[in-house]
Amino acid sequence: MPDRDLPEVNRPAEPIRSVDAEPEPAVVASSARLELADVGEWKRVSPKYVLVEIVGTIVNAVVVCGGASLLWLLLDQTWAMWVGIVVLVLSIINLIFEPRRVRAIGYLLRADDLLFRRGILFQRFVAVPYGRMQLIDITRGPLARWLGLADLKFVTAAATAGVSIPGLAEADAEILRDRLVELAESRRAGL
Amino acid sequence: MSEPSAAVPAPLAAPRTDLTDGEWHRLHPATPLLRGGIFMVAILGFIVANLRERFIDLFIGEENYGGDPIDEIYQRGATGWALLIIAGVLLVILVAFYLSWRMHTFRVNGEVVEVRSGLVFRSHRKARLDRVQGVNLARPLIPRLFGAARLEITVAGQDGNVQLAYLGSKLADDLRRDILHLASGLRQARQPAAPDAAHIAAQPVPGDITEPPLIGPSAAHFALGDFATARYNEFRAPELDPDAAPPESVVRIPPGRLIGSVVLSGFTVFLLLAGVGLIISVIAGSSGWVLVAVLPGLIGSAGYYFSRITKMLRFSIAGTPDGVRVGYGLLSTSSQTLPPGRIHAIKVSQPILWRRFGWWQVSINTAGQASGRGSGPVMSTTLLPVGTLGDVEKVLQLALPGFDTDAHRALVENGMLGGRKRDAGIADFYSNAPARAVWLRPFSWWRTGWAVSGPVALIRRGVLSRDLILVPLARMQGVRISQGAIRRRLRLAAADLHTVAGPVNASLSVIDVDEALVLFEWMSTGAVRSALADTSHQWSRTATPVPATEATE
Repeated sequence: MPDRDLPEVNRPAEPIRSVDAEPEPAVVASSARLELADVGEWKRVSPKYVLVEIVGTIVNAVVVCGGASLLWLLLDQTWAMWVGIVVLVLSIINLIFEPRRVRAIGYLLRADDLLFRRGILFQRFVAVPYGRMQLIDITRGPLARWLGLADLKFVTAAATAGVSIPGLAEADAEILRDRLVELAESRRAGL
Repeated sequence: MSEPSAAVPAPLAAPRTDLTDGEWHRLHPATPLLRGGIFMVAILGFIVANLRERFIDLFIGEENYGGDPIDEIYQRGATGWALLIIAGVLLVILVAFYLSWRMHTFRVNGEVVEVRSGLVFRSHRKARLDRVQGVNLARPLIPRLFGAARLEITVAGQDGNVQLAYLGSKLADDLRRDILHLASGLRQARQPAAPDAAHIAAQPVPGDITEPPLIGPSAAHFALGDFATARYNEFRAPELDPDAAPPESVVRIPPGRLIGSVVLSGFTVFLLLAGVGLIISVIAGSSGWVLVAVLPGLIGSAGYYFSRITKMLRFSIAGTPDGVRVGYGLLSTSSQTLPPGRIHAIKVSQPILWRRFGWWQVSINTAGQASGRGSGPVMSTTLLPVGTLGDVEKVLQLALPGFDTDAHRALVENGMLGGRKRDAGIADFYSNAPARAVWLRPFSWWRTGWAVSGPVALIRRGVLSRDLILVPLARMQGVRISQGAIRRRLRLAAADLHTVAGPVNASLSVIDVDEALVLFEWMSTGAVRSALADTSHQWSRTATPVPATEATE
């Protein structure tokens, strides 16, 4: 963990960059991405979780496309056809990227907080201090249960859900839950 | 009558009331009547309205009515039965009231506040004192006329309130003080300067309880006069306990400014637009029914203005040893005490209509939003309905103790008024979004920035409606940074500080990518450190180590 001191008053303002003179740096794609430096090895979720995601996407696509084609064929609504096509194309793209997306999900137990990341195109990183834990929820969908997977949800007092890690192996999820509860107990903060 | 064990409390401790001794106590005897008050008044009104003619006849003496139920009963000679039934109903009501009052008990000790109630369906609520988020003392109009008040102890959660409704007005004041003292970890060890005075002050209160004013025995002409005077004094008395608050810290709002702030709101703009639309539609020749349809809405909006203004009249805010106390209300009053460290996020904002006048509003997120009748949700999250820059500074000093050095003040002022100084080369206190953020935030990019100052994170944003958000890091629940395709092309990201639910949403929509990583690191480490250093769950315990030894008793 970086041992930086919080400043006395505030951090000095960012060095005044002559932003106006700067050429648009959109071409530097590598550094435009969000990437946390030297936090350590991210733990990944089970590769089997890809299957859950794929089935979910397919079910979704089938339902929407089925509804759309019903509208199109029975009620002669042409727009429904276009909606169906768009959904189908999006679902196929989704399916192609599914394995990468699942590989992009990661979590990391730091000294005092839980880190979570997911997403490739829409990236996000979340940090939640252990002491803020209110409860931990483990849920298993039907398919995930068949594959021996479980979802773990770390709930805080915040309005937005804290961290939700999908697709952990059941044993891992339970170990992680116990570990997190233990960590939270030792760092308990009042609300 | 309050309770046989009321004499027990040790003389060492000096609470203002006898109610915090850990025994079960009862509420004000008129409680059932006040709780069902409006309903009772409605029934009474109904009966009176129905018997009006009969009263007139009684005095004028003519007997030319017929066909109403009372006649029927009289003619059939069933008067006795009817009277018996009425007496029976009255008796049942009285017994029910008495039982519900008897079964409604509460208990306060060093750890918890508990309330038991209910005849058939028993309910039992318990609030831990070290988790108290706020104590709200509300006096709705009718109970206020009878000298009763409702004490609401808020704990975290959407419906986590423990209500003591109703208590004698003075008793409620004192009990609030005692509860806050207990919660603060002081354990009532503070000896009052004049114990006699405290005793005398407490004396009339049990009397108030033993003689329920509403039942009104006929012999009590003298007592009735006293009662009226007492009520009148209570009614006039300012909400703030004058000895509990240093008077110089109180912000007061002139009524003119208050009315102005309510009138200059988005609602008025909407009304004006609707009016213009209406005129146009009338000119264009639509029929009169539009007018008929709109008229009730107009009357309703007048009511809206009226209730907004009366709710916020006599607003006051003051720092007490037990936290920030916010009082408001003209007819129904409410006074809310927020212990230190219970504020999860603060927003200082200025709608564009207020800019000319330099007015600001301060709203907060707390873990337990006070709810229920009498105290609208609008007020319980508003720390300052309208105020000047100076007022905001005073309020922030109360809300964030220790955040009042010159540097902090400059930071706040800059956050409220300032923006990126692009050409001047003046160091702004905030770390700002880069100029390329103009693609996403064409107007407000130059005001979008963040800073961390000790244990508080600040976010500045918005131009049409200027916002400054302060989040105490010890209360922050988590931090998130995210980036979509568009922001990636612009080398930007978005950041979001998680806090408990409320009107304040601490998010930063544009920030440089590298800055976002810095922010993430700072916020996540800062949150852990501030939480470790935070001791506000029992806010007096660390400040005064002496009572801690007595706490063992």
